[in-house]
Amino acid sequence: MRNCINVLQALFKNRKYLLLRRVSQLSILFLFFGGNYFGWKVLIGNYSSAILLDEIFLSDPFATLQILVSGFVGAANLFIGAAIVLLFYAIIGGRVFCSWVCPVNMLSDFSLWLREKMRIKDKSKIILSKNVRYYILALSFILSAIIGIAAFEIISPISIFHRAIIFGVGGSWSVILALFFFELTIVKNGWCGYICPLGAFYSIVGKYGLLKVYHEKEKCTLCNKCFDVCPEDQVLSIIGKKDGYIKSGECTNCAQCIDVCDDDALKFSINYFKNNLNNR
Amino acid sequence: MNQTRREFIKSSAVVAAATSVGISSLPNTVKAFAAKGEGGWLWDKSVCRFCGTGCGIMIATKNDKIVAVKGDPLSPVNKGLNCIKGYFNAKIMYGEDRLKKPLLRMDSNGNFSKKGKFKPVSWKRAFDEMEKQMKKSLDELGPTGIAVFSSGQYTVMEGYAAVKLIKGGLRSNNIDPNARHCMASAVVGFIQTFGIDEPAGTYDDIELTDTVVSWGANMSEMHPILWSRVTERKLSDPKKVKVINLTTFTNRTSDLADIEIVFKPHTDLALWNYIAHEIVYNNPKAIDWDYVNNHTVFATGPVDIGYGMRKPDHPKNTELEKETVRLEVEKELSEAEGTTLSYLGYKKGDTLKMNNTKKPVKHWAISFEEFKKGLKPYNLDFVARLSKGDDSESLESFKKKLKTLAKLYMEKGRKVTSFWTMGMNQHTRGSWVNEQAYMVHFLLGKQAKPGDGAFSLTGQPSACGTAREVGTFAHRLPADLVVANPKHRKFTEEIWKIPDGTLNPKVGSHLMKIHRDIEDGKIKFAWINVCNPYHNSANANHWLKAAREMDNFIVCSEVYPGISAKVSDLILPTAMIYEKWGAYGNAERRTQHWKQQVTPVGDAMSDTWQFVELAKRFKLKEVWGAKNIPGIKDGLPDVMDKAREMGYNDDTTLYEVLYENDEAKGYPWPDPIGEGRLNSESEGDKRKVSGSDGKEFKGYGFFIQKYLWEEYRRFGLGHEHDLDSFDAYQKNRGLKWPVIDGKETLWRFNSKYDSYAKKAGAGDFAFYGKALKAIGQGTLKGPIASKGKLKLPNKAKIFFRPYMDPPEMPDKQYPLWLCTGRVLEHWHSGTMTMRVPELYRAVPEALCSIHPADAKALNLIDGDSVWIESRRGKVKAHIETRGRNRVPTGLVYVPWFDEKVFINKVCLDATCPMSKETDFKKCTVKIYKAES
Amino acid sequence: MTSRRKAIENIFKTSTFMGFGGLLWGSSADEAANTEFTLRPPGASQKDRDFVQACIKCGTCVEVCPYDTLELATPGDGKVVGTPYFHPREIPCYMCTDIPCTNNCPSGALDLKRLEKENEPASINNSQMGIASIHKETCIAFWGIRCDACYRACPLIGKALTIERKINERTEQHAYLLPIVNGDFCTGCGICEHVCVVEESAIYVLPLSAATGRVGNHYVKGWDKEDEKRMKLNNTEVDDSKDINSGLEYLNSDEELY
Repeated sequence: MRNCINVLQALFKNRKYLLLRRVSQLSILFLFFGGNYFGWKVLIGNYSSAILLDEIFLSDPFATLQILVSGFVGAANLFIGAAIVLLFYAIIGGRVFCSWVCPVNMLSDFSLWLREKMRIKDKSKIILSKNVRYYILALSFILSAIIGIAAFEIISPISIFHRAIIFGVGGSWSVILALFFFELTIVKNGWCGYICPLGAFYSIVGKYGLLKVYHEKEKCTLCNKCFDVCPEDQVLSIIGKKDGYIKSGECTNCAQCIDVCDDDALKFSINYFKNNLNNR
Repeated sequence: MNQTRREFIKSSAVVAAATSVGISSLPNTVKAFAAKGEGGWLWDKSVCRFCGTGCGIMIATKNDKIVAVKGDPLSPVNKGLNCIKGYFNAKIMYGEDRLKKPLLRMDSNGNFSKKGKFKPVSWKRAFDEMEKQMKKSLDELGPTGIAVFSSGQYTVMEGYAAVKLIKGGLRSNNIDPNARHCMASAVVGFIQTFGIDEPAGTYDDIELTDTVVSWGANMSEMHPILWSRVTERKLSDPKKVKVINLTTFTNRTSDLADIEIVFKPHTDLALWNYIAHEIVYNNPKAIDWDYVNNHTVFATGPVDIGYGMRKPDHPKNTELEKETVRLEVEKELSEAEGTTLSYLGYKKGDTLKMNNTKKPVKHWAISFEEFKKGLKPYNLDFVARLSKGDDSESLESFKKKLKTLAKLYMEKGRKVTSFWTMGMNQHTRGSWVNEQAYMVHFLLGKQAKPGDGAFSLTGQPSACGTAREVGTFAHRLPADLVVANPKHRKFTEEIWKIPDGTLNPKVGSHLMKIHRDIEDGKIKFAWINVCNPYHNSANANHWLKAAREMDNFIVCSEVYPGISAKVSDLILPTAMIYEKWGAYGNAERRTQHWKQQVTPVGDAMSDTWQFVELAKRFKLKEVWGAKNIPGIKDGLPDVMDKAREMGYNDDTTLYEVLYENDEAKGYPWPDPIGEGRLNSESEGDKRKVSGSDGKEFKGYGFFIQKYLWEEYRRFGLGHEHDLDSFDAYQKNRGLKWPVIDGKETLWRFNSKYDSYAKKAGAGDFAFYGKALKAIGQGTLKGPIASKGKLKLPNKAKIFFRPYMDPPEMPDKQYPLWLCTGRVLEHWHSGTMTMRVPELYRAVPEALCSIHPADAKALNLIDGDSVWIESRRGKVKAHIETRGRNRVPTGLVYVPWFDEKVFINKVCLDATCPMSKETDFKKCTVKIYKAES
Repeated sequence: MTSRRKAIENIFKTSTFMGFGGLLWGSSADEAANTEFTLRPPGASQKDRDFVQACIKCGTCVEVCPYDTLELATPGDGKVVGTPYFHPREIPCYMCTDIPCTNNCPSGALDLKRLEKENEPASINNSQMGIASIHKETCIAFWGIRCDACYRACPLIGKALTIERKINERTEQHAYLLPIVNGDFCTGCGICEHVCVVEESAIYVLPLSAATGRVGNHYVKGWDKEDEKRMKLNNTEVDDSKDINSGLEYLNSDEELY
């Protein structure tokens, strides 16, 4: 018994948020999966658009915008659903979608973990700017307008991946493998950290949200563990320098930094928005 | 979206997918051969396995497998065409679950156990057990303790071999075919009216008639090739030729029809009487008095004959069942019956005691005036109100249709052919309504003439040829002879070379009674051949339970696992149609033979072989001693002394007497007619099957099929049932019996075409059948003894039969009529056609057709899963509100081919008391949404 | 200097990336969206491009389909990935009267309005997923076989599929019962294609765009009053503004006539 508890404690140590995130990601995925295979009515559809509890429409605001830009004014439910989701992420803040919801995050984390195990060094000649995703985001809208079809949705590996899980793999495995190996061997965290326009979209949406990581310089011992785990380490510029919030919208609120911080120098706070207002 | 509905549909889709995947491997065998091209294919003539139409086909074999079929262009029936069942004849034999070894329920020690699992055994082991169990039942209960479920799909020779063994050898008359379910009412109609079985007309009537009236026969689906002939006739003269469909729901036969008459179930009795009323009362000039006076007499019979159900006090009846079966004792007359039975002095609300349930077939002659009196109530208004089956149709429109119908029948010079099948046969007054058809045709003189006649179509490929002509019924012997007639028995005993007195004079148990006797413990051994009685019999829950839970032994000779095999104790793998020599006789009396085309699969052997091998297990002293028969005071006599006089001894086997006798040996094998051909029974085959004695079966050494044929045909020669020689049929495309000097008979009873009629010298027509030709005389109310017997040589009878209600009619608890039937794509219980992937995909499950308004009232939508529940049982099915069958409000239709929708659990086992044929067309049900 | 150069380089890089990437992406996406021979759920636009534009690829229609008819395209299916389609030979549309797929579509890609007819509420019977076509040479009814399995399976039997009867001149005794598709009623559900008993279905559903023609406006059926409505739908103006030049050119040409 004691052993068990010890094992559990060890498991939870430094992994609290990681486990919570996995629970969140997996349960959403499972509800979608059950919706298709067992006819559960909790979540019908997928990450692009869904019906929650047979009542509430939810839709991907980025996809909705592309469709709108492409020239199709969708049904009211589509916009209501997109507004709900947009509002939700704007209020919560940060790229919560990326680290708490999106199933690609698990694939991405798996490739990171494997990189470490296999000691793959990022020696790639391809150096991408963190801004590429914003260009792609812009391109998504421009192309949608030009070809008259939601341009990112038609190729989105994210959608291909989650549809493969919810509806069956079919011919999707090639795209999923390509995504995985791209992150594993070509660019570390390449998709989520550099390319994904959906991530870029939520960076913008979540910029002023409530939930932010708060850093206390006092407690920081400059161990740099947070930098090691952060998938978007450019957001950690204030670490060890000053107290404050990790303001960047690019922060995914994944809380790995909080998990690894042995000094209690990082924690979640929901006061950013208020403080932010006060500061103005 | 409804959760339940979704689950059901999804799970059934998964099952369907799995099943279709499972069986989809079978056509590859066929495909693989076909791909090699035409080289080396051997074509030979044969006949379609399926319905009573009897289409000729050609079969191609290569490497001892059937590789293809084609319609036989030389066949006069179909001229090379087929329906989709016929199109797939090549694919029915090689389903992957084809039964290939005998299977016996055994315990872990290898002993038979009723509760054991099926395990493969040798033929020897199978026959050992069968012998043991059969003798046990015979010892305990006598000859009536065993029974055979026989078939209208037997080859002629098989049926003959079966009757010989069961009736001649084992002295039991408990052999009755699935044809009982199919055309027993037609048979009673024929025998009572004409004195001889089978239709007077031929399919040529279709091309010759001006009017095709279909009564309770969805010919478009059930006789597809005949329907294409009807269609051709209509197209050839669209203005003159009229097609009328009388039915209880809109079906595909309505497509071509000029008039569709949707009537209330059971009221065909009133409709025929309306036509007769119209003739007799309003258009007496239409009566062909010459015909009527010279060739017919008027007759009628009792009405208090019950409904062929068990008595209400039977211990196995449930409380709910008693609500219906109480009518077997007495019934309160309805308003309609108060009118239609007024000629007997009854009125609405009176109680009719069923006093004649034991003698329903008795009848007596009456005068025309009496006959006319009986028809009095059936005026247009009364009949239209009683019969209109579609609530959305106006009474006026319905009346107009009835008037037109009667006018078409009566029109001078207009040729009329009435066709019917199960709608009129599967009917608690089925024999009556058959007789009513002849009544109308006789009054008008439109019977037994080219293009004119009432024509009973049969459902099965050899219902006429085997079940009826060979006599695989509980009361029959070959060629219309009956066991109850001592002269007939004697004649039979002579041909069979068995002692005088061997045959059992007491009529055996009919099909439903075999089921009931098994449930009552009166029969403890039953053998199923070429049929599926546990799937195809109404009120199935009783019989399934009796088979599985009571002390009995059920043997099933089968080709694929179906319901009957599942409830059996021993399964015998059986050769299919093209794996043996055979002959079928179709609905127009055409006999068609074929040769064995391929070696049977696995260890499968023909039914004939199984009878013959079993006969080896019985010594005369075991079966021909004195036997106890319930109902016969002294039982059956000991005939061993006579047997010894005939040269037999105590240890002679039935095999030696019935099959391997001197006459049989006179048909040696090889025979020039079978040169280069297979004959698994006569010479064994390449499989070297280990036989019933555990040794390799090397054949009987004589041409057993030819022997059986030639002996069998002696029954009919010179007795109005003449058949041609075995060799002759090998060369032609079938001949319609009676065949005299190699010439077939086209229109029976018509002196121009029928040499028997000509010989009778009774004028243009002679109804020369010999049965029931001396009857009493009287009034509508009954025979008057003082008037004596009337002899009717060469005369037919015009029956007056009244309308009566069926035993179950919709009420508050069970508000809907249920009608069952078939679909074009599947044959009977689907054991063959459901294994053809293409046919399975076309119709994978039985749907319940319901009117959209009824569905809406029950809060159901198309595709919903429902329970269909009667007083006897319930099944689950998906509903269909559109599609091929459009039912009126108040009626649902469910086909019975699908064992997953086991509708016979719901059906009522009421029968026509005269024919003992079950009424599968009407009982009452309630329907409600299935919740899981 | 360097920073400026770097900036120019950055701008160049970015625009190259955006330009080439965009071109590649745009053209491949554009190409991928051209999948004319795809059967869509009821309530989809007749123009597949419009449907692809409107579909958010959420798969809700697939999930609510009680017969598992609909599938979501994955890469390699030759269709726009994530969009719903069906293969009737495998599972046809069974035409649920409650139309759950269209009813539950959040984006408007499947729209009940398309299933409405003048004053009638939306009905699955008005859907136009495609239209059935028959290959006479492999349809065994045209051989004279009494098949018509497709006809009997048709949910709109007698409307969408009817039987044409013809005398079989060879036998002079039988008739052909030939299935005929009526485009005015056929919904393209594909049950006919599913049940067809020959090895590769002789009756098959094509999307309307691939299987229908269009008649010009210059002729109207004189015997059909309704036909004039066709003109109003796509009126074209007659242009007689051309001058005589093209005629002159011909008349004055020096080609040898004799």
